[in-house]
Amino acid sequence: MKQLLILSGKGGTGKTTIASAFIKLAKAKAYADCDVDAPNLHLITGWNTEPQKTDYYGLPVAEIDRELCIACDQCRQNCRFEAILVEEEYKVDPFACEGCGVCAYVCPVEAVTMVPAVAGDLMLYTDGENVFSTAQLKMGSGTSGLLVTEVKKQMRAATVDSKLAIIDGSPGIGCPVIASLSGVDMVLVVAEPSVSGISDLERIINTAAKFGIRTAVCINKFDTNMEKTEAIERFCQDHGLPCIGRIPFDPEAVTAINNGQTIVDLHCASGKAAQEVYAKTMELLFAEEVG
Amino acid sequence: MPDFTGAGADNMRLAVLSGKGGTGKTLLAVNLAAIAKNTTYIDCDVEEPNGHLFFKPQDVQEQAVTVKIPQVDKERCNGCRKCVEFCNFNALAYPKEKLIVFEEICHSCGGCILVCPEKVLTEKEKIIGQVQKGTSEQVTVYTGILNPGEPSGVPIIKRLFALNKPKTDQKTIIDCPPGSSCIVMESIKDADYCILVAEPTLFGVHNLNMVYELVKLFEKPFGVVLNKCLEEENPAEKFCEDKDITILGRIPFDHELGILNSNAEVAVRSSAKYRAIFSALLEAVEKEVSHETTAHS
Repeated sequence: MKQLLILSGKGGTGKTTIASAFIKLAKAKAYADCDVDAPNLHLITGWNTEPQKTDYYGLPVAEIDRELCIACDQCRQNCRFEAILVEEEYKVDPFACEGCGVCAYVCPVEAVTMVPAVAGDLMLYTDGENVFSTAQLKMGSGTSGLLVTEVKKQMRAATVDSKLAIIDGSPGIGCPVIASLSGVDMVLVVAEPSVSGISDLERIINTAAKFGIRTAVCINKFDTNMEKTEAIERFCQDHGLPCIGRIPFDPEAVTAINNGQTIVDLHCASGKAAQEVYAKTMELLFAEEVG
Repeated sequence: MPDFTGAGADNMRLAVLSGKGGTGKTLLAVNLAAIAKNTTYIDCDVEEPNGHLFFKPQDVQEQAVTVKIPQVDKERCNGCRKCVEFCNFNALAYPKEKLIVFEEICHSCGGCILVCPEKVLTEKEKIIGQVQKGTSEQVTVYTGILNPGEPSGVPIIKRLFALNKPKTDQKTIIDCPPGSSCIVMESIKDADYCILVAEPTLFGVHNLNMVYELVKLFEKPFGVVLNKCLEEENPAEKFCEDKDITILGRIPFDHELGILNSNAEVAVRSSAKYRAIFSALLEAVEKEVSHETTAHS
């Protein structure tokens, strides 16, 4: 199964809009939303059944037994995350705690225990043939990378038979993005023609390159700034990256999304352009790799 | 120009966040900082920092941000694997006669150093990014930048705030990363007031709801700015009305603003029209902050 990951660096460039269009065009049987921090793909993939929900346990969180605590301060002194609060008694800030277990190790009276903590919901939509894996991280949780790995694992485990998987990624370049990159065959970056968009494009390209993953670029809302669109195309050329299409700014795209539809469900300019980008992406994804 | 005489208005710390990316956090944060003058702007979106592209700060000073990573004295390591067993992040392995450290997944907790019975593990500093400080007209601009390939920008945000203790006479505008995870939480921790930016789409509303839950969880006073407003029905506005959330103001969907913004120009510095819009927004925020301060003192 070839896995295509859609990323952008900058947020709001149209990852989910493109991913949902590709899922529709490919009649994809396996797809996932790895933007566990702000998932949106489920809003337009048309599932009207309830997903199977599983609790996602991140790392455990420390808890101090106030009966046993002798206020020796060892835990606070050794905690690198400022997660031990000293008020009337010693307490753990569950949002700051990263679950390393150092406090439990240094406590001389075993007053600290590491307690399993639910850090999000893992969700699976399936009808026996089509599989959609997604998740929602709990507010303020710090283990998004691990949850992304679980989302992809869940998708692969549930998939019966599919040549293609489409994965919607998260913005940025940090842990969820790095976790989403592992094991994919190709990255499509959705770029936006702006100074910010170009800066973020460079950073995501560098990140994908560090993990040695093939990358192509498409430009969304290309007509909002032609000069920057051309700058992106030049950048791609200079870096030997295939720039495989331009998608216009299209008010109908917003209409489609707000009605829970994809841009290829309507006869609109952005949908038409997305079809061309899709065709080129598939060509690259399924091309025999040289050497 | 608005008059900053309200209680708490002089040194308030405002955080701008949105859940969804691309809704206009940086647009709002940069323009509020520029219109308020004599302000500090802190870009906490360390994975994709863009505020500096608008401000083009002068006299930039840089400082590397490092984390502590274990290193082993291979000669003296006896392969007891105590550190491997201890590490909850699986950042250590001892596959074949040799301890391996996976630096990218190490959380720098220092646990391995503590548990090593032979004391053969020490820590070295590893650079994960940098912070920059510069000035742009009357705005002091702080930027955090995470190096590609590094997983967590939290230490960079901590450094940004350590360098920027609250001042008594300056407003601070904090430009947050998207999402609602640990890194956003870290960014709003010391904020007095949160501004949520929302766009009028189904996605925008869904993600607005998430940050709405986040600011409620942290008991931060907040209001919403509606961006990219069109004549049509605005699902984000409806959300605010249903939940009885203060709407601080509206930024119209506007081609001219789009061009200024995509060329990384500070809109309030180049057009009187946007000066008026962002001044009104700032005034609305100040009023809210004064109200909050009065209500809680």
